Amino acid sequence: MSDKGTRPAWLSRLASWDAAVIVITVLVLVIASGAVENFGSSRNFTFLLLDLLPIALIALPMTFVIVTGEIDLSVASTLGLTSAVMGDLWNRGLPIETIIPLCLVLGAVLGALNGFFVTVLKLPSLAVTIGTLALYRGLAFVVLGDSAVADFPRDYTSWVTGTIGGGAIPNVLIPLVVLALVFGLVLHATPIGRSVFAAGASEQAARFAGIRVAPLKFWLYVVSGLVAGLAGVLWTLRYSSARADNGLGMELAVVAAVLLGGVSIFGGKGTLPGVLAGVVLLATLQNALRLQDVSNEALNVVTGVLLIISVLLPNIVIRFRAALRRRATT
Amino acid sequence: MNATKAVAPKMNPGRTAAGGRFRLGGLFRAREAGIVLALVVLVAFTATQNARFLSAQSVRDILLNTAILAVLAVGQATVMITRNIDLSVGSVLGLSAFATGSLLQANQGLPVIVALITGVAVGAACGALNGAVVRFGKVPALVVTLGTLYAFRGAAYFWAGGEQINADELPGHFLRFGNSAILGIPWLVLIAAIVLVVAGIVLRSYRAGRELYAMGSSPQAAELAGIKVGRNTIAAFVVSGALAGVAGVLFAARFGTIDAAAGNGYELNVVAAAVVGGVAVFGGSGTVWGAGLGALLLTVIGSSLAVLDINQFWQQAIVGALILLAIGADRLVAVRVAKSLKKRDSHV
Repeated sequence: MSDKGTRPAWLSRLASWDAAVIVITVLVLVIASGAVENFGSSRNFTFLLLDLLPIALIALPMTFVIVTGEIDLSVASTLGLTSAVMGDLWNRGLPIETIIPLCLVLGAVLGALNGFFVTVLKLPSLAVTIGTLALYRGLAFVVLGDSAVADFPRDYTSWVTGTIGGGAIPNVLIPLVVLALVFGLVLHATPIGRSVFAAGASEQAARFAGIRVAPLKFWLYVVSGLVAGLAGVLWTLRYSSARADNGLGMELAVVAAVLLGGVSIFGGKGTLPGVLAGVVLLATLQNALRLQDVSNEALNVVTGVLLIISVLLPNIVIRFRAALRRRATT
Repeated sequence: MNATKAVAPKMNPGRTAAGGRFRLGGLFRAREAGIVLALVVLVAFTATQNARFLSAQSVRDILLNTAILAVLAVGQATVMITRNIDLSVGSVLGLSAFATGSLLQANQGLPVIVALITGVAVGAACGALNGAVVRFGKVPALVVTLGTLYAFRGAAYFWAGGEQINADELPGHFLRFGNSAILGIPWLVLIAAIVLVVAGIVLRSYRAGRELYAMGSSPQAAELAGIKVGRNTIAAFVVSGALAGVAGVLFAARFGTIDAAAGNGYELNVVAAAVVGGVAVFGGSGTVWGAGLGALLLTVIGSSLAVLDINQFWQQAIVGALILLAIGADRLVAVRVAKSLKKRDSHV
């Protein structure tokens, strides 16, 4: 059954979904630079990177979570609650140096609560995180109401919005690149990463192989919450505005980017470079369309449709390949 | 997602063949009894704090608000019983409300029934799209309907273009339908009750309904038993969409003011109502009566918060906590049932 000989090389290359996404992303970047006015400007490039930062950050642990066959829909609410608490603590006069670590701890605790429900009580992660999506967002409003806190220290806000050496690359890209490298190495080059894929491919088999699946998933949720908390802190500093509705609905963009990047919603499959390409593709499309004066609501249509396409297309490709194989063998 | 493949207690209300079945049925009635008890306590407490809570106007408002949520929850329960989920219902409601609104705005003479049919048609079309993608794409309903949640909402914004339909642009008879009663029962409540009863009976006693439970309990077994799983999946989504369409019409009639944001975020309350009412997220169990009771409980909580002068923002947090509580309780029941079944087997 060696289908390698019968299938042309270009097809197997094309069929590698994450490779295809990387190619499409580069194509979209090139086309947008040529066709969309101001897209190529360094100012817009900075904004593009700043816009994709929170999605990219949260997508890193989300990749792990989805590869294990679970999901975390509460990330955007975690971001919002962290932001609201940050504003409230700042209002109470705590120094920012204390607030930021507290917010990160808060994010980790919120993630741990998800992890507890999913791994200790063995509840379905979809239902749990729909519940905490509502709970965390609700608590954010309880903490801060619909007011906004804006007077964060300039040193911090200007660092987040500033660029390296006054160029086009924002400072906050540094922590993102570092984290992306760490997450990528862990996923693709360590036993932890192999455990994650094994747990997603078959939880039972992974357990028989000696992988302690439940603790693994628990810590993935903790990391997911922690990173969402970090995204909340950076979001607040970037816009210099702590609000309970910060990041509202962002879980869609994150899940869309991860699936677009070739991670299977059924678990066990995906690569981090693919996910990062998915994030860039989504952000680039949104940025280019926004420059063309397309409304935010229309952008949501684009994200929603991309999400559906990104789950449909791999299935279609698989069926297409199976049909080709059948033809080749008969 | 690895939906926990716990031994979800199979629902079979009314049909008690063996002693074991009887006990399982009892457990579920316990869930619904629990909601009724919670309702009674909540209403009694709120009423002692503020007698206005039980005034005719207040009760009427609660029932009217429940009606819209209950219609949505019935559709959601139908989909969830098949082990799927429909997160797009809030957006379908918005789309159908706007469609109905603009139709009536342009044709003031149209009777209410035409408005209802329009809403059902718009909703059913959206549901058919959801169902077709889930069925033929073989992809999880969660992802598909998360996508269409935004796509349908975006379509509504596209169409509305920032415009709003106001009550004075809608025909009077339509607005009267939203707020008047027949034999003392508001039209909206009557429609919700009809939807509940019809769906409840079909799910309980008709082959089409029982097949949905079978699919949710074990899709493979259902397929082997000759149940047309694909066709039924699409049908369940069409039902959910059509009922969201009905809810859109009721929404338009009740509030009179419709913009593209109508029903924004409703999906959370709808899923919460179904889950709190005992419909399992991993399919195969639950009743629309439970979902209806869940809708009533959520609405009463909302009204109580207002009457008790508690920050309204607590409502969403409570919705979230209730979802967690409900799925936790389901898990507990499932574990207990599994244990008791094991014990019984060992005695035989």
